[in-house]
Amino acid sequence: MPYKNRVAVLGAGLTRFMRRALETPKELAFQAASAALRDASLTISDVDCVVGITAPDAFDGVHMNAEYFADGAGARGKPYMRSYVGGGSGVFGVINGWYHVASGDFDTCLVVAEEKMSSALPHPQGAFNAIYDQFLERPLGVNLLWIFALEMNRYMSAHGVPMETFAQVARKNKLNGMDHPSSQSGISGDFSIEEIMDSEVMAWPVQRLMVSPVSDGAGAMLLASEEFVKKRGLDPVWIEGVGWNLDTSYWTNRDLYYPRYLEKAALMAYDMAGVTDPRKEIHVVEPYDPFAYKELHHLEGLQLADKGQAPRLVEKGFWDRDTLAGIPATPSGGLIGVGNPIAAAGMMKVAEIYWQLEGRAGKRQVRREARRGLAQAWGDLMQVGTVVILGK
Amino acid sequence: MRPLAGTSLSDQALTQGEALTTSWRVKAEYAWDTGAAVGKFLAGLKEGKVLGVQCSGCERTLIPPRAFCELCFAPIDRWVELSGTGVINTFSVSFVNWDATRRDTPEIPAVIEIDGASPGLGILHVLGEVGEDLPTVLSKVAIGKRVQAVWKPQSEREGAITDIRYFKLVG
Amino acid sequence: MTRDVAIVGLGCTSFRPTSPHASYREMIFEAAVKAYSDAGIEPDQVDTFMSVSEDYLEGTAIVDEYVPDQLGAVLKPVHTIGADGITGLASAFLQIRTGQFEVALVEGRSKASNVLHPAHIDAFALDPVYVRPLELHPRFVAGLEMRAFLEATGNTEEQAAAVVEKNRGNACRNPMAAHPARTSAQDVLRSAPIAEPLKEGDAALPADGSIVIILASAEAAARMKGQPVYIEGVGWAQDTPNIEERDWSRAAYAEEAARQAYRMAKISDPAGQIQFAEVDDAFAYKELQHLESVGLAPTGMAGRMLEQGEFSPGGRLPVNASGGSLGCGHVHDLAGLRSVMEAALQLRGDAGDRQLNNPRVGLAQSWRGVPTASGGAAVLSRR
Repeated sequence: MPYKNRVAVLGAGLTRFMRRALETPKELAFQAASAALRDASLTISDVDCVVGITAPDAFDGVHMNAEYFADGAGARGKPYMRSYVGGGSGVFGVINGWYHVASGDFDTCLVVAEEKMSSALPHPQGAFNAIYDQFLERPLGVNLLWIFALEMNRYMSAHGVPMETFAQVARKNKLNGMDHPSSQSGISGDFSIEEIMDSEVMAWPVQRLMVSPVSDGAGAMLLASEEFVKKRGLDPVWIEGVGWNLDTSYWTNRDLYYPRYLEKAALMAYDMAGVTDPRKEIHVVEPYDPFAYKELHHLEGLQLADKGQAPRLVEKGFWDRDTLAGIPATPSGGLIGVGNPIAAAGMMKVAEIYWQLEGRAGKRQVRREARRGLAQAWGDLMQVGTVVILGK
Repeated sequence: MRPLAGTSLSDQALTQGEALTTSWRVKAEYAWDTGAAVGKFLAGLKEGKVLGVQCSGCERTLIPPRAFCELCFAPIDRWVELSGTGVINTFSVSFVNWDATRRDTPEIPAVIEIDGASPGLGILHVLGEVGEDLPTVLSKVAIGKRVQAVWKPQSEREGAITDIRYFKLVG
Repeated sequence: MTRDVAIVGLGCTSFRPTSPHASYREMIFEAAVKAYSDAGIEPDQVDTFMSVSEDYLEGTAIVDEYVPDQLGAVLKPVHTIGADGITGLASAFLQIRTGQFEVALVEGRSKASNVLHPAHIDAFALDPVYVRPLELHPRFVAGLEMRAFLEATGNTEEQAAAVVEKNRGNACRNPMAAHPARTSAQDVLRSAPIAEPLKEGDAALPADGSIVIILASAEAAARMKGQPVYIEGVGWAQDTPNIEERDWSRAAYAEEAARQAYRMAKISDPAGQIQFAEVDDAFAYKELQHLESVGLAPTGMAGRMLEQGEFSPGGRLPVNASGGSLGCGHVHDLAGLRSVMEAALQLRGDAGDRQLNNPRVGLAQSWRGVPTASGGAAVLSRR
């Protein structure tokens, strides 16, 4: 069902993604928010309300981190809502902004996503240990990589996917990332399949060059109502559909080979956007790719490939940026090729679709005509899917 | 195009004091109430028993135990004793610690579907006695293989998931 | 044209200083079962679910992970709002207003007793560069604010202490309350100082508990069994996060949140149109400050009006008839939901021994506690 109050994207902005930023969380938020306002040719006085997004507070090392960086996000004196769904938060931020404007109660909303992972010592990965169940899992001496390695093994075993296919995804995204101005130093590049397959085994089957890095960075997006857009005579990109869905927290009770929560989230968004045949109607996609296998896993959940078929399509170049017959996937370079400041990385994915539809993606511009695109993120205990569909 | 904002620091900038930091160790400590269901499960482990619950609505036998069925949204009070054996649903061979430092010998986390529970319902634990290097582990361990719990001696059990030391391959 | 939104279901556990009998999941399940029963619906009739929580209050990173099961929300749209309960309510309100959702659920819980060093968690919210290194007990923020507020407005320490006497006394008629007491203002004034002029007795004691509130569009509410309570207006706002920059004489976030809520509710004369209020009283002086900030008392008059009995259950504008945070216990971000729940119970006529005399319009207001300057406000009515 199409929704009644349409919501437009008027601008987006990103900082560079960095292993370690000089800037504080407030400063990163300010830089991204300012960039989005400049992109939209608006000022903070045009902003009716603000959404602040950050994944676990443990990274930035501030309890209620989004309260702390509120002034950097431009939220002082304004309605300011903060939401999170773990790794899905960056894309969810745009959904959160969408419902502010779609309610009819606000004309504009500035969504700011910030993450400064390098603050956490000895290593940000430690902050993730507390995502496990405190009674039955944490006492085992857990490690974040475990759950992803367990899921990847289940997925590759179910469909007989060779490691080389995952290496091809990593290679594609690292190549695409070379053209992204936010790309973190050392992350993108022309890596050979052999180099990727020979990289350090972290938690088999997960290998170093098939994983996104730890990053600092921020991103922001400016959303507006149809009335606001009409008054200014603009021809913007519209949010056509949104979807999100959370599966059970008893993750050891699910079959990890397929992300059913993402199927539900995607169907919710397709329904709202009036998309009945996504493989024809979605022209460019940014699936969440913190690990190479996740891109394929998610493309299946998004119904853009049958179960087990996303890897087969890799070999045919179906997901390549310059494809004419396929669906370009992760033209930005994604988390593997640009970096992964968690909430900001999700925002980067939505921004990429926005710039692709506006024809402003520069060297990253896909070759096929793109009038509708989809950005997606994932998180919590491998259980949440967040989806935004944009159209021009 | 205007260059993007953001100043990338080198490790050197921090170690040589070119960029200043303030540090803080948060005293974030908790004593979580286990409640009825998890509490009873942990008490069972202390006795060397793996307990599950049954939902009278969907007829599933569930592990880990819970006070309510999340699908039927109804309370559960029927407890059953399951076995300490099961099947490997998936596994990993992990060479990194939680702080990203490297380990010489791997940890082998696995989801284990416990015998007696409904199909596909497992718990997280670790495997032991399956080798200490990747080729050996991969030659021994596979999805679908049967495993059994190796318990701590009764005197050392404390009502924790670690009362099971690890699971090992059967036979 | 925007659509109307109503509260159609309420469920909660008792508030208690400790709750060793139940895990957080079991506590929320109890509140959820009661809320579904109250609304006369099943979980699958809810379209979207919100939780209000913060990681460091739970001891779990990304605590959103553990939300769906105990609400019957597996494989449903669920997300977490890192804000006070009224901002969570606003999230549900906005979603229903989009026209995409008919029924929404908001959940919150406090397991304050499981947090071993709560002051350290509060301190972890202070600015890590400018403030935290001073290693002050975080309640210094309330001490600074209380002194500045009293000096600027002429309200007194004695009047703040009288808030405690009223609210803990009101809690004696609330079977859910954790900290009812027949205490006097003199007891409070004699209690040990925390950060002068703030004393032990001025601060709400922590409690555990859970609340679930179900909202629906007016059309969907009409098909449900109970009496709907309408959200006439809602607002939420952020003042500066930097404590050095705040005007302590007033609560700017409360002013702005109330202004939004009043505008939406078409309230031009709050003191004349609002018949009762549940306002944040995490510290006794905050009740006076919040009443002035939301326009229910002229600046400098809240203390005197309290002494004259205007805010007592039988007064002109009963405030915190539930007992507030001082009487029910401080439950962090759940406090906003508790205020909303109490206002809805009063409007439905379901408030038991503490029922006010047939009110039609009430205000619920919330604050996130030190060191924040953010909160919400909601105008509720019975039509």
